[in-house]
Amino acid sequence: MSRLIINKIILILSTIAALIGITFLLWILATLTIKGYYSINWHIFTADLVNNGLRNVIIGQFILAGMATAIGVPLGMLAGIYLREYGANSKFAMIIRNFSDVMMSAPSIVIGIFVYGIFVVPFGGFNGWAGSIALSIMMIPIVVSTTDSMLSLVPQELREAGIALGASKAQVILSIVLSAAKIGLITGGLLAFARVIGETAPLLFTSANNNFLSLSLNGQYPSLTVSIYQLATFPSQTSQNLAWAGSVILTLLVLFINLTTRFIFKPRKQ
Amino acid sequence: MKLAIDTKKFSFTYPKNSSPTLKNINMPVYANQVTALIGPSGCGKSTLLRSYNRIHDVYPGNQYDGKILLYNNKGEKPENIFDYKKENELIKLRQRVGMIFQKPTPFPMSIKDNITYGLRLLGIKNKTELLDRAEIALKGSALWEEVKDRLNSSATGLSGGQQQRLCIARAVALKPEVLLFDEPTSALDPISTASIEELIIELKREITILIVTHNMQQASRISDMTGFMYLGDLVEFDKTETIFLNPKEKQTEDYITGRFG
Repeated sequence: MSRLIINKIILILSTIAALIGITFLLWILATLTIKGYYSINWHIFTADLVNNGLRNVIIGQFILAGMATAIGVPLGMLAGIYLREYGANSKFAMIIRNFSDVMMSAPSIVIGIFVYGIFVVPFGGFNGWAGSIALSIMMIPIVVSTTDSMLSLVPQELREAGIALGASKAQVILSIVLSAAKIGLITGGLLAFARVIGETAPLLFTSANNNFLSLSLNGQYPSLTVSIYQLATFPSQTSQNLAWAGSVILTLLVLFINLTTRFIFKPRKQ
Repeated sequence: MKLAIDTKKFSFTYPKNSSPTLKNINMPVYANQVTALIGPSGCGKSTLLRSYNRIHDVYPGNQYDGKILLYNNKGEKPENIFDYKKENELIKLRQRVGMIFQKPTPFPMSIKDNITYGLRLLGIKNKTELLDRAEIALKGSALWEEVKDRLNSSATGLSGGQQQRLCIARAVALKPEVLLFDEPTSALDPISTASIEELIIELKREITILIVTHNMQQASRISDMTGFMYLGDLVEFDKTETIFLNPKEKQTEDYITGRFG
């Protein structure tokens, strides 16, 4: 009898916990939708921050995250390839793997401070490069880990079959293993991109913000997330509405990227 | 009979193992014959097969003792494959001694690219030559009629049996002297199995075949010579007929009559 009671209790508790989790997600989405409905208009997408629009900061956020991807994805993928294909289970590879996992949970503000110290202070001021580098540092461990695990899913026989046909190890990796893991690697890159595009802390004192559209990463750089932070804390209704609009846009963006990765990944699973 | 391979006092030890997995194996492989290796799981037959193209070298730390001599097409000029040290010598060895695995291993590319993979590694770039040789290999593997209209579609879309014949065609395209089959039909249905067996018998006119199999009927159907292995020893090696009808060793008789294994 007590088995059944325990069973019921566990079932009820876990259901409640699940409901609480979903409630907050829906609550966030509902609040954003309502606030966004009143604050989003066409003007936001055509004007820059200086004219109460978000055009320059949205473009800026994409360029910062894109630059971070250009730095972080190749580095992370090469490291992941090393770990899986060359290091495998050697002690050195295990140490790197653990360090990389620790890096994944490094507080983003700490990464921001670190980059401030080495890329902002020595170069005499906030700049877009520093922001991109801070974001790429956040990305690298994610890409390393997904590359590592995606390559581990490629059957060992496939590598042996390549070797058995007279391919060298590098040829097997480049022409067989990477293309077998292609979908997973693209997904990993997209998820890492989605992870950093919503980051604020690494940008706060690296690239800071800019009221105008800028394509030069040498100076302060416009950022959507930093703008949300600044606008939301500014005592004016217009600013706060703009902050809500920015939040909605950012959420939709991240949601869109996440759904895209699911969409890419799904057809292959069958 | 011409020799293709001669195994002499060959022992093999996996990394971190104190005792060898293969002990003092002496076994000839004759040219243009099918030689089968049978024995219970863990007896070392796959380990032995994987020594002939040194695919073990993908994982470091293995120890080879003794010799495996590889003869050329005329049964002359034996070379000990353990004398090969440089990567290009190993690549050459693997082009001479091809391998087919238990599970089909189509590469994630088109059928045509799969077949020409090894040829492109050899540096052949001429598209008509690649296509011609792909066609010859596919015809030789009884797959041409089924795939000739979709050479550019993905090889992973083929059925299991077709994938395995594709892998055979891919190996055959390199014109190897020896082909190693590691339980090539254990993942296939009976009809696909029959077609692979026919293919193996067909191929032996040009290529020397060495096959590991769990299936004793298969060994008796397709092989000329059979080796029975047990716990890392080659217990008996003889004509297939002799092994199955009149084995000299009691262990062999017990195994083929199904008393253990």
